[in-house]
Amino acid sequence: MPSIKIDGTVFEAAEGATILEAAQQAGIRIPTLCYLKDANAIASCRVCVVEVEGQEHPVPACATAVRDGMSVTTDSLKIRAYRQVALDLIISDHGLDSTRYCFSCDKNGACELQALCREYGVLEPTYRQAKEHKPILDANPFLSFDPNLCIVCQRCVGACNATARNHTLATGKRGVRTVIEAPFGEDWLATGCESCGNCAQACPTGAIAVKRRGGYRSWETERVRTTCPHCGVGCQLDLVVKDGRVVDAEGAPGPSNQGLLCVKGRSASFDFVDAPDRIRTPLVKNSATGEFESATWDEALDLVAARFAEIRDAQGGGALAAFACSRATNEDIYLFQKMARTVFRTNNVDCCARV
Amino acid sequence: MGETLAKLSIASKVEDDALLGAFLERHGRRIAAMPPGICPVAAQLSLLQAAAAQTCGKCVPCRDGLPRLVAMIERVAACEAGEDELRACRSLAEMVRDTSDCAIGYEAAQALLEGMDAFASEYESHVRSHGCREGVKQSVPCETLCPAHVNVPGYIALVEAGDYAGAVGMVRKDNPFPTACALVCEHPCEAHCRRTLIDAPLNIRGIKKYAVDHAPADTVPIPVHSADTARTVAIIGGGPSGLTCAYFLALMGHRVTVFEARKQLGGMLRYGIPAYRFPRERLDEDIRGILSAGSITARCECPVGLHEMGEIAETYDAVYIAIGAQTGKTLRMDHADAAGVMSAVDLLGRIGDGDYPDFSGKRVVVVGGGNVAMDCARTSVRAGAAEVTVVYRRRKEDMTALSAEIESAIAEGVEMIVLQAPVGIETDEAGRCAALITQPQMIGPVRGGRPAPIAADKPQDRVEADVVLIAVGQDIQAAPFEEYGLETNRGCFVVDEYLAVTGRDNVFAGGDCQTGPATAIKAIAAGRVVARNIDEYLGYHHTLRSDIPVPQAHENDRTPRGRVEITERPARVRRNDFDHVENGMSREEVEQECGRCLRCDRFGFGVSEGGRQQYA
Repeated sequence: MPSIKIDGTVFEAAEGATILEAAQQAGIRIPTLCYLKDANAIASCRVCVVEVEGQEHPVPACATAVRDGMSVTTDSLKIRAYRQVALDLIISDHGLDSTRYCFSCDKNGACELQALCREYGVLEPTYRQAKEHKPILDANPFLSFDPNLCIVCQRCVGACNATARNHTLATGKRGVRTVIEAPFGEDWLATGCESCGNCAQACPTGAIAVKRRGGYRSWETERVRTTCPHCGVGCQLDLVVKDGRVVDAEGAPGPSNQGLLCVKGRSASFDFVDAPDRIRTPLVKNSATGEFESATWDEALDLVAARFAEIRDAQGGGALAAFACSRATNEDIYLFQKMARTVFRTNNVDCCARV
Repeated sequence: MGETLAKLSIASKVEDDALLGAFLERHGRRIAAMPPGICPVAAQLSLLQAAAAQTCGKCVPCRDGLPRLVAMIERVAACEAGEDELRACRSLAEMVRDTSDCAIGYEAAQALLEGMDAFASEYESHVRSHGCREGVKQSVPCETLCPAHVNVPGYIALVEAGDYAGAVGMVRKDNPFPTACALVCEHPCEAHCRRTLIDAPLNIRGIKKYAVDHAPADTVPIPVHSADTARTVAIIGGGPSGLTCAYFLALMGHRVTVFEARKQLGGMLRYGIPAYRFPRERLDEDIRGILSAGSITARCECPVGLHEMGEIAETYDAVYIAIGAQTGKTLRMDHADAAGVMSAVDLLGRIGDGDYPDFSGKRVVVVGGGNVAMDCARTSVRAGAAEVTVVYRRRKEDMTALSAEIESAIAEGVEMIVLQAPVGIETDEAGRCAALITQPQMIGPVRGGRPAPIAADKPQDRVEADVVLIAVGQDIQAAPFEEYGLETNRGCFVVDEYLAVTGRDNVFAGGDCQTGPATAIKAIAAGRVVARNIDEYLGYHHTLRSDIPVPQAHENDRTPRGRVEITERPARVRRNDFDHVENGMSREEVEQECGRCLRCDRFGFGVSEGGRQQYA
């Protein structure tokens, strides 16, 4: 294991680790912007630059491997100045004067660029340039892309290609400029985009955003970690809750999803919670009137259990079948088939999880 | 000024001009290092900006027109302009071209207009779709420009780390001829090496040579092939393209049969390149490696005619035709069939099987200016010729042979007679060749990108010769395949972009027989592409993974250093034998050379999604 000195203290780093990883492991923060773990380490923003003893030029911590005996300085006047200029150049091309001012941006308060600029005292752009406002792509029902706010950090590209592996969001060229080509325009249905929104979750600014973000401010919310109810994969997600109502979902690190979500998990698994026509109690049909009437769980379950037992005893278990919803978790489906086999005495079990 | 009129000052009028030289050399290097994949409009803009900076400020079209054009093309390059602006730009450029006083103005406008036509579809994409065409994206220069897209930074790093077998394996991932390419590749990989910005391109071929010299290809294990598919593929032609295809198909688990007309495998690597450039035993190292990849049956002395082609097409699941361009072109002139006049290709072909000519005491004239001409001239020197002359109808700088080949030939005593076009052979009483009659030429207007010769107003000349070797190009023996029904155009097989012959989904053609005579690495690339496409045709998607880890990149060494060149044995020694002419680099030299690599796979766009161009 290589040993590395960071800001004067010696640490053991993992084999093949980058300076950034070694510092994170040692509990030392190096600011990053374009870096996104497992998705993007292209060293383009130069915010994570650090000094390495014996090297003339600063190096990006996210993409520089640790060498045994390396001595790294993560903060100095020189480094701060480089970071400030990098941030200054980035906000100079961030469309601050264009489509959305910081305060009206959906990511206000949750914008990594905003936070870094505040931290480094970069309060306004030095290198102002008049820019034509480019049209916002928002034909996709869930996602929008505002190229004026895009800082071309390529985190979305990494999210779409390296992690989600959808390969629909890529960089394109406008002469010498590299731009992000997000598939959210009028032809969005014709693209391979699955609207999973991992790009939006990867975006450090408000350029690519989940549209429902407009409905809340991050400081108004709290997060509740849960398992996605949409299928049996068991993705971990954080429900974003504002005033007791679920307003959004974000991918959380879980063993099966590694922070990713699909379109269903991100955009379709919680609106029913507050749906006005949601059934909130068990209903039992009154055979006389033909109407459903509210019942307690005990009443409903007793009725169901009694009727199933009758059928089973009269006709045998083969008369019964158990069919589970694909939205149940693996654990629930396991218990369900167990009940079918032991209580219903039938092997007629299935689930629609193959959809 | 008035009072000093009588005296003359020797001081330079423009002091900075001398100083500027070094900076302009830098400018030149930056242009030389133009990255592949750059937007052509952006490249044109930079040329136009350089032109606008050169204006002296006297005349309106140049002084005012060029900056306006720069501003307009800036908008076009940024994809902000519309079609109207592009039209306005064109008409302004035409005015600047037609009315400028000097070349600073009119040549700049002419270049812009020519570029607008040459890159019309890119311009159109900018003003209509407001973006570059798909595919305009920078990528790692060496890897991109290598036709086989070999991971060049990867193997350079492995050589630097001392892992020569790893380096050979890394080359072999895309090209099963590491030795051939280490010794005779024309190294297109070096053409736009980013290191040129600092000093000079890396000697990539030299580094690869160090690897194969220290880890011979047949000692480096071949990856384990995939499970046998029991699908059969016939490959017609055992040259670099056919054998490359055979290698990758065998790795994928298919059963390959190679039909080779000559006695031995290797194609032009054996029958076209002399041993002093590529020793046979070194070629055999590559071939042994290839044949050990899996199920490959090589059937030599098995020429394929119409009848055989019919049988092969019926018997095998897929066919790859890689027959090369094997026959020498002839010149139509008097007594062209006299004794002593022979085809360069035939001479080199016979040598391939060990039949060396004896030119002792003879005067040999080689007609042509390509690599084959140099090969023949240098072979003739070694065959004991009293004098060897290359006769070429253009100038030395117009020769298509590598300049190093020309230099080496001259060093070995070959005389270059240029601007002489062969018009006939003079024979003696016995009908034997006695001299080559030539018509002097003068260099004329540029046609098709290079100056063309025209007959000069001078009397005919004669060069005394006992032997005349004709090295003016090669033809493809496509007749039996044409008879079989495959489409050709001027002898070259007509294929789609996947190298499938027109109208056939299981017959492919590639290499020299499809492109016309070209380089080994292009033929290798075609074999690589066809192997993948045959695999797809057969319904498989085999992936050939490489598990060789590429060493971590170190920081760029920004100190300018010279490029280490490969030296040759002294001409007066090497001209007497057919042994390999090149010396290797030392470890010290190869370390410095590898240390200059800027690792474009790790720094710059190479690290981004889509920044690599690879087949694997």
